[in-house]
Amino acid sequence: MSSTSTTAPVATPLVLPVSRTSFLMVGTTLLALAAYYFIGVDQGAWSVFGNDTHIHEFVHDARHFLGFPCH
Amino acid sequence: MVGKLILRGTLAGVVGGILAFVFARVLAESPIQAAIDYESGRDAAQEALDQAAGIAASAHEHEIFSRTIQANIGIGVGIVAFGAAMGALMAVAYVYCIGRTGAVRPRTLALLVAGGAFLGLYLVPFLKYPANPPAIGHEDTIADRSTLYLVMVAVSVAFLVAAAWLGQRLKPRFGNWNATLLAAAAFIVAIGIVMLLLPSFGHLPANVEEYGRHATETPLPLTDSQGKIVFPGFPADTLFSFRLYSIGAQLVLWTTIALIFAPAAEKLLTGGNGRPADAATPVGA
Repeated sequence: MSSTSTTAPVATPLVLPVSRTSFLMVGTTLLALAAYYFIGVDQGAWSVFGNDTHIHEFVHDARHFLGFPCH
Repeated sequence: MVGKLILRGTLAGVVGGILAFVFARVLAESPIQAAIDYESGRDAAQEALDQAAGIAASAHEHEIFSRTIQANIGIGVGIVAFGAAMGALMAVAYVYCIGRTGAVRPRTLALLVAGGAFLGLYLVPFLKYPANPPAIGHEDTIADRSTLYLVMVAVSVAFLVAAAWLGQRLKPRFGNWNATLLAAAAFIVAIGIVMLLLPSFGHLPANVEEYGRHATETPLPLTDSQGKIVFPGFPADTLFSFRLYSIGAQLVLWTTIALIFAPAAEKLLTGGNGRPADAATPVGA
C-alpha cells in the first residue's frame, strides 16, 4: 500500500498514511464488526433474518463460551 | 503495507481461533454438557411441579442442530471466525497506533495492542458480566443483557483508547513510567464507576418481578409449593470451570494473535531485516 517501510531509524517513527488506506481500514473494521455481531449477538436480542435461529443455534456453544449473553 | 499487516493479523487470528477451539473442545464441552443436562433435569422437574399444580406443560423447543454438531462444528466455526475478526480488528488498531503511541518497538507495540484488545473486548466486560453456560440466562431479558454487555464492551474499549491518549499527554510532564501508571489508574477508576452504575443482570426489572432481587440470573434451587427443594440450584463447580475455561480460551486466542503478529509486523515495518530498534529507546505505552 505505501512505500514508507524502510525509513525507520528509531523504533516506530513512521506513521502509516491512514488517509490513503482508510478505505481498507474502515472496510476491515466493518467486516470484523459484522462477524462479531453475527457470532455473538444476532438472532438473540435482535435478528437480521427475522425469526430464524439457524446462526444462533449453530454457533450456540461458541457464543456462550466467548462470553456473550445467550437466551 | 496496511493490507499486509491486516492480512497477517487476520491469519494470526485464524490460528489463534483454531488453538482456542482445540482448548474449548477438550476442556469446555464437559461443563457445557453438564449445564445442558442440568437445564433438562430442571425443566423436567418444573414440568412435574406444573402438572401437579394443574398447569399445562409448555411446548418443547425443537432442535435445529444436534448437540454433536453444536459441540464439534458450530463451536469451531464460531471461535475461528471470531478469531479471524479479532485478529483483523487488532491489526487495524495496530496500524493506527504506529507512530502515535510513543517510541515503542514494533514487536512490543503488537503485544501491547493485542493485550489491550483482550482487556477491552473481553476481560474487562467479563468482570461485570461474566460468561454464562447454557441454563443461565432468562429468555425475557436477552435484549437487555445483550445491550448491557455491548455497552460494557464499547465503554471498555473507548476508555482504553482514552487512557492510551491520556498517557501520551502526561508523558512530557511525568515521564513514561509515571504517565503509564497514571493513565492506568484513571482507566481503573473510570471503568469502576461505569461498573457500579450499570445494573447487575439479576436486578433487571423483569427478573426482580419474577424471581425477586438477586445479583445474577444463575438458577436457584427449585422449590415446590411448600418451599421444599425439589431440584438443586445450578452447580457452582460447573459454573466456575466454565468461566475459567472461557478466560483460558480467550487467553489462548489473544496470546497466539500477539505472538504470531508481533514478529510478522516487526519484519514488515523494519524492512525485513528484523533490525532491532534503538537500544536507548524507552519502552512503554
